[in-house]
Amino acid sequence: PCRTRCCAPPALTPAMNCRAEVLEVSVEGRQVEEAMLAVLHTVLLHRSTGKFHYKKEGTYSIGTVGTQDVDCDFIDFAYVRVSSEELDRALRKAVGEFKDALRNSGSDGMGQISLEFYQKKKSRWPFSDECIPWELWTIKVNVVNLANEQERQICREKVGEKLCEKIINIVEVMNRHEYLPKMPTQSEVDNVFDTSLKDVQPYLYKISYQITDSLGTSVTTTMRRLIKDTLAL
Amino acid sequence: AMDTDLSSQDRKDLDKFIKFFALKTVQVIVQARLGEKICTRSSSSPTGSDWFNLAIKDIPEVTHEAKKALAGQLPAVGRSMCVEISLKTSEGDSMELEIWCLEMNEKCDKEIKVSYTVYNRLSLLLKSLLAITRVTPAYRLSRKQGHEYVILYRIYFGEVQLSGLGEGFQTVRVGTVGTPVGTITLSCAYRINLAFMSTRQFERTPPIMGIIIDHFVDRPYPSSSPMHPCNYRAGEDNGAVYPSVEDSQEVCTTSFSTSPPSQCVFTVTKAHFQTPPPVVTDTLKVPVMGLAFSHQLSSSRLSYQPAALGVGSADMGYPVLFAGGLNAAHPHQLIGPGKEGGVPPIPSQPAHGTQADQERMCTPLDGVHYSAATPSSSEDTETVSNSSEGKCGSPHDLLETIFIRKVGAFVNKPINQVTMANLDIPFAMFAPKNVELEDNDPMVNPPDSPETESPLQGSLHSEGSSGSSTGNTHDDFVMIDFKPAFSKDDILPMDLGTFYREFQNPPQLSSLSIDIGAQSMAEDLDSLPEKLAVHEKNVKEFDAFVETLQ
Repeated sequence: PCRTRCCAPPALTPAMNCRAEVLEVSVEGRQVEEAMLAVLHTVLLHRSTGKFHYKKEGTYSIGTVGTQDVDCDFIDFAYVRVSSEELDRALRKAVGEFKDALRNSGSDGMGQISLEFYQKKKSRWPFSDECIPWELWTIKVNVVNLANEQERQICREKVGEKLCEKIINIVEVMNRHEYLPKMPTQSEVDNVFDTSLKDVQPYLYKISYQITDSLGTSVTTTMRRLIKDTLAL
Repeated sequence: AMDTDLSSQDRKDLDKFIKFFALKTVQVIVQARLGEKICTRSSSSPTGSDWFNLAIKDIPEVTHEAKKALAGQLPAVGRSMCVEISLKTSEGDSMELEIWCLEMNEKCDKEIKVSYTVYNRLSLLLKSLLAITRVTPAYRLSRKQGHEYVILYRIYFGEVQLSGLGEGFQTVRVGTVGTPVGTITLSCAYRINLAFMSTRQFERTPPIMGIIIDHFVDRPYPSSSPMHPCNYRAGEDNGAVYPSVEDSQEVCTTSFSTSPPSQCVFTVTKAHFQTPPPVVTDTLKVPVMGLAFSHQLSSSRLSYQPAALGVGSADMGYPVLFAGGLNAAHPHQLIGPGKEGGVPPIPSQPAHGTQADQERMCTPLDGVHYSAATPSSSEDTETVSNSSEGKCGSPHDLLETIFIRKVGAFVNKPINQVTMANLDIPFAMFAPKNVELEDNDPMVNPPDSPETESPLQGSLHSEGSSGSSTGNTHDDFVMIDFKPAFSKDDILPMDLGTFYREFQNPPQLSSLSIDIGAQSMAEDLDSLPEKLAVHEKNVKEFDAFVETLQ
């Protein structure tokens, strides 16, 4: 099967029927990575299943998803992620790039990272496949600079508390049991799930980020990274 | 009319899902309060025993407790399953931290597909539970437990009781799943007023009915259990805790009390104690602790001495229940976690030096340590005699030396004494298990627990030396006059300041001074031939000894 690049980059404004959630955090520079990973992993925990194994007559069995606790070093916080090194690597890569971009931007240290879940809709040649987002999570980040160790300690705790709130928010959204793609048949599974990982199966997703310029009004530097495609074989 | 729309197969499936959902909920909550990081492995091939497609270990004791509490029932309207998480200080005072409630309400969703949608949503709800259990305040408390307090859990079924959570408690909803017979709701009410250092007078009320008991946890299952071993990564990530830990950890914590009695947390209110829900008598409150204290785990029963609590023994329902429980209930002995194949190893990292010696004296099978202080009630003495006194040295000594800090505190407080379970059978841990088996119950097989080192042990080390002085000699500064804080210099000839000065400049060791050294060296050389002769005479003994080592 040919691998086509997904056409549309993640929408800045959600498409119709695409649920959009926005979270905002203020963190110190060195907390950016852990905070982003905590949120992204929590979302993906809810949006990943075990690997599907299709059997005859259209039935399938599902593999098992393991989980593990992650302690943050710079934040008084811990979270649970799916036990999948591949997934963790992918997220770390994206978050690392986001962090570097934030640092290099020279602006006030504001940006946002987006996690979009989409479905692929095959089109006839010569049109490329459509990517239809169905859920978009945006994390707005504001990087603060702290003057002394005492402030940093307070920040550790405060950010930890904030992240607890974010986790609760995420879980609230997940609990709404709103639209989820239909469970696909074997031929359709790659249009709904990312089947490239060996131990878990998240819904198809892409991560991108933007750095806000110092005016905060419009985006002058937009850097899009389609991590999903980078990882595709 | 509610059930007519649901096929009988669906109904059966639904009941099963709800039952196992309840059991898994309890596992997730309790494991999240063990004080350790949990790690399970993903598996692309379905094993058939991982409910809800999630790798959640089953601690057999916990399942046992949950099943007991449920007593064959399912959550229904007005009948909720509650997991109460509380904290107990080394002084014996306890405080409820959280109540996790699995409830059912009447709102039905007839259209929903049981075997598919409900199942998947229950799976999602468990994931949410995994996430939420790490964000309530009790999580951080539970990660730090072991020294001054332990975290306990209690499962009960019936009406939710939130009165023990103090004023202003908050609620977080984990999620809901609609089913054709009602909507399942999972939520947590948690205390926000964690005033440990409260100076208010604490009430010395009797403890809650739930009692810490030992469990007989054996490992008769072959290592081909379908459950995956937990270590996803070697090293500090630990497996979930295994048969074991949920037992009286009073022993460990009490010895570390650093807080004077006035800084205690109040206990359960009287009202709570006096009107327990009918099913509560069978439920147990068991501590949730990491593997660090596996060697302590066999010290099962907690015996509250009335004197320590300031309540007359007549008022204490506790010892009565306790004594009755000793022989009547399951005289189960807890064993430490062991390698696959079941011999519980001695923890490789003892808390303190002398404890290490004590432990090394015990044979590996004595992973079942009968650690108990001298019990004061007569019904306990018989069990003491069954103990490992011949094996591990005096149980009393064992306790004293395990936690060197505050040994005095430990010894003085009778509340810390632990009695032993009545165990007549030697190596009882290997005897066949006699809990009810369900044919199609995937919960039956306990996971194999690899030997793990608990980060709690690590924390024991790091925090255990907080008593040591950090007296750094700053070479840059000249000490003019040393007035050590908190020292009195008018009582003893050797006060702290003098001691400090002297130990900073110790006299030379005599063996290091040259003349004496030379002298003794000469003596040594002279005596060598004699010594050699003696050793040669005993060569047979030495050889025999070497044989035993091989």
